[in-house]
Amino acid sequence: MQHKSKMAGADGDDSLYPIAVLIDELRNEDVQLRLNSIKKLSTIALALGVERTRTELLPFLTDTIYDEDEVLLALAEQLGNFTMLVGGPEYVHCLLPPLESLATVEETVVRDKAVESLRKISQEHSPVDLEVHFEPLVKRLASGDWFTSRTSACGLFSVCYPRVSSTVKAEIRQHFRTLCSDDTPMVRRAAASKLGEFAKVLELDYVKSDIISLFTALASDEQDSVRLLAVEACVSIATLLPQEDLETLVMPTLRQAAEDKSWRVRYMVADKFSELQKAVGPEITKNDLVPAFQNLLKDCEAEVRAAAANKVKEFCENLPEDSRETIIMTHILPCVKELVSDTNQHVKSALASVIMGLSTILGKDNTVEHLLPLFLAQLKDECPEVRLNIISNLDCVNEVIGIRQLSQSLLPAIVELAEDAKWRVRLAIIEYMPLLAGQLGVEFFDEKLNTLCMAWLIDHVYAIREAATCNLMKLVEKFGAEWAQNTIVPKVLGMANDPNYLHRMTTLFCINALSEVCGQDITTKQMLPVVLKMSNDQVANVRFNVAKSLQKIGPVLDSNALQTEVKPVLEKLDTDTDMDVKYFAQEAISGKYTTLSIFFLYEVASLGPRSKWPILYVSERSTMCPAECVSQCER
Amino acid sequence: MSSAATTPPSVDKVDGFSRKSVRKAKQKRSQSSSQFRSQGKPIELTPLPLLKDVPAPEQPELFLKKLQQCCTVFDFMDTLSDLKMKEYKRSTLNELVDYVTVSRGYLTEQAYPEVVKMVSYNIFRTLPPTDSNEFDPEEDEPTLEASWPHLQLVYEFFIRFLESQEFQPSIAKKYIDQKFVLQLLELFDSEDPRERDYLKTVLHRIYGKFLGLRAFIRKQINNIFLRFVYETEHFNGVAELLEILGSIINGFALPLKAEHKQFLVKVLIPLHTVRSLSLFHAQLAYCIVQFLEKDPALTEPVIRGLLKFWPKTCSQKEVMYLGELEEILDVIEPTQFVKIQEPLFKQISRCVSSPHFQVAERALYYWNNEYIMSLIEENSSVVLPIMFASLYRISKEHWNPAIVALVYNVLKAFMEMNSTLFDELTATYKSDRQREKKKEKEREELWKKLEDLELKRSLRRDGIIPT
Repeated sequence: MQHKSKMAGADGDDSLYPIAVLIDELRNEDVQLRLNSIKKLSTIALALGVERTRTELLPFLTDTIYDEDEVLLALAEQLGNFTMLVGGPEYVHCLLPPLESLATVEETVVRDKAVESLRKISQEHSPVDLEVHFEPLVKRLASGDWFTSRTSACGLFSVCYPRVSSTVKAEIRQHFRTLCSDDTPMVRRAAASKLGEFAKVLELDYVKSDIISLFTALASDEQDSVRLLAVEACVSIATLLPQEDLETLVMPTLRQAAEDKSWRVRYMVADKFSELQKAVGPEITKNDLVPAFQNLLKDCEAEVRAAAANKVKEFCENLPEDSRETIIMTHILPCVKELVSDTNQHVKSALASVIMGLSTILGKDNTVEHLLPLFLAQLKDECPEVRLNIISNLDCVNEVIGIRQLSQSLLPAIVELAEDAKWRVRLAIIEYMPLLAGQLGVEFFDEKLNTLCMAWLIDHVYAIREAATCNLMKLVEKFGAEWAQNTIVPKVLGMANDPNYLHRMTTLFCINALSEVCGQDITTKQMLPVVLKMSNDQVANVRFNVAKSLQKIGPVLDSNALQTEVKPVLEKLDTDTDMDVKYFAQEAISGKYTTLSIFFLYEVASLGPRSKWPILYVSERSTMCPAECVSQCER
Repeated sequence: MSSAATTPPSVDKVDGFSRKSVRKAKQKRSQSSSQFRSQGKPIELTPLPLLKDVPAPEQPELFLKKLQQCCTVFDFMDTLSDLKMKEYKRSTLNELVDYVTVSRGYLTEQAYPEVVKMVSYNIFRTLPPTDSNEFDPEEDEPTLEASWPHLQLVYEFFIRFLESQEFQPSIAKKYIDQKFVLQLLELFDSEDPRERDYLKTVLHRIYGKFLGLRAFIRKQINNIFLRFVYETEHFNGVAELLEILGSIINGFALPLKAEHKQFLVKVLIPLHTVRSLSLFHAQLAYCIVQFLEKDPALTEPVIRGLLKFWPKTCSQKEVMYLGELEEILDVIEPTQFVKIQEPLFKQISRCVSSPHFQVAERALYYWNNEYIMSLIEENSSVVLPIMFASLYRISKEHWNPAIVALVYNVLKAFMEMNSTLFDELTATYKSDRQREKKKEKEREELWKKLEDLELKRSLRRDGIIPT
């Protein structure tokens, strides 16, 4: 420690940076400049050295906390990492006063950040400091006048509780209890949201005696926004309690929440269902949660049904093995069947995103008999999102019954999505193509889907064309270069002669994407000539994309081709009449040089790991990304 | 008809809660209702005789019976169920509305709990979900309450009841209590503007008649606003609540209690930060001005608050702020003006030079306001130096000719006001700019030095440069 402070004293040339100048910076009239200064607060502290940071900077910060919330947010964040700058853990309590003020401001994000920082530095307090400095702060916040400080206090109990004496522990419990029945709902919400966390650090006896009564009270609060937070706490509390206590201590409240009159609370139960299920164990699940889940799946609010539908797979998966199949078949599946024809598309699409997962749980026969009709129905759903969700999860079914069972229905669904009027839908289906191709196999793909993939290349929306090129790359990764050479490359290169310049550019984009996966041979022999020829295109956009492509495929080419074929063309483009073409030609040329120079430096100077490179060289790396540098070195 | 009534409404068909986008596609004016009901049995009410058809002594008894019948709540999302009974309830409610308006001596003590119960059963409910991400109150049609045909009459009845000459708050306060008010306030989040309008009247009457509830109501409105500002940014009834508050503030006794001042500074001012400010800005500005008219000493904290939350990226909001500020300046006392003129005109100077012409224009309009002009004139030695640089610069640079013309007028006004100072400022304009630039450069150098120091240190720490 001593060493550290000596160091700061020795090289922080104090006379150069009078605190007044630095404080002037923090006070600048321009908010943006003030914000910048605050973000560099650590630099200022470093310049001042630990002692003056403690005695001058921190008091200043504590006194002048009236600023834009954005500045305060940055300050709250900075202070969480300030321990070393004030002289290490033995001085960390100096940071408490400014953070305490920040924890009382109105703006939630600032307050939350201050609490986060306080939680962080609480760990750096010794047990003694925690009782002398930290815990009194928590107490002050907990009994603050305005709700903001009480709200902040809620997040601090659990970090100090485990490390203080039993008398202080009793006080902390008392404070928490008080806040749980605070008369502002904001504070009750804060307390409710920290209830689970606090329960975890309490001794089991106190969980039973204190926490349960608080939990029950919060779960029947008059405001639904408080009640729903108790549901979250329910998970932690149930996990902590021994099985035999759950029925009496937790279940009455949970049952009540699942049937709450507010849909928000029921939604929360549905949303946390898997966690609840794990927390209460298999017996209670069988007796209580199964009927509750059925009710949620049939809830009158679509929001609740959708949340429950999302959990169908996970719930079934986690059912006790001995009765899993019976429960699913007799209790869950009938509800699921109804949801397939729900009136609300969000419910259907939530279901579609998980329903396929049931097949692994139920096995082949049940899947074919019961689930397959549902899959097929959803594949024909009027809402594209539902169909997409089914298609995107085909892998689960593939493992159980093989995708062939579905392929007859699959194809029309895919084709329809591929031609959907909404480009986002088309985009989504493109993203699943590689997955589908992998499962359906190369023959099926060539026969049915290849044309679709090529058609996307001339879609009138750029995002689709872009995704289509990326898709081709992934397909080649799956099916290999030879397949590419026979099926894709000729068609792509053919587009180079298309009268529409957008399509000609697509050829270039495809080449950019494909050159690496296709390898040097195909790139040099088939693609490069086409690219070079396009450098004479009459549309400037095409020409500068030639320059970009050459830069991009450069690493795949051998040095001979680079020297004899690429270089002359780039030099020619460098003299183009169009400004942009020139620019990108120069980029391509200089980009290569940089590659080489970095390569050189890396080898010769052996500077060690990249992070340690002197700033000068790193900043001159220009456009090269690290991955490219490395591949250069390997070659 | 009867067959429709006997078929139990299937629970799954009762779906009025689908998301906006879906609903929109199907029907233009969407409706929603949220009555959590698990039973789907048809409802049967035994028709009762009309109140006017029975002798006066029997009327109170019958009145109670009718109130009890009206506690039955129907499902309006299912347009086919219980048609006959819905119509029966509607006509009964209508009858009750008329009855409380014209009759005398009907309000027995037993009637109070029954009225409150009937109203509670009908109006208190969990509001249906709205897709707050998608829903834009300015653009989208609100979702209307499906059960409005009954609900409207219940509200109408309740208001007549509260306004009736026989109404005695001392009896009613047993039933219209804090819990009742709390639930009433939650309903202000209703998306249906018709309902919020009725609620406004109801709450206003309750506030007026139940002195014991006033502090509680104010506190709960506080909580709603704070939650709205700092937690959800979503609450439909802000404008209505502010409207009620406007009249409440009007009635505050002087000197203002600390509680009220805190409400102004910690709740009303932060309300300006909310994204949907335009929906309730008029009401909010009204409340603020009411406060300042009560106690001019509050001007400084209010203006400082507005300056603190001044919008940085939203020009529309900036224009609203400028409008509100002008309203405040209209009533400001000269002594208060002196206290805040510096920060205030620094902000106005920034607005005047805003590249968004509506902002610049709105700020420049201040110079058309005679009272503001007189204040500026009195304090021209302070205001002019603050404003001068911006005005001088945009008189040469602003892209919009209308703004340039307005700026010329302002400069001219300043010149007439204080020509010596004006000439001085013109003369030193260049050197001032140079001084600023120099200062800027010094700042940069300072930071550079600091960064070098940090860099050196981190290199040393990593052992790259030997110590």
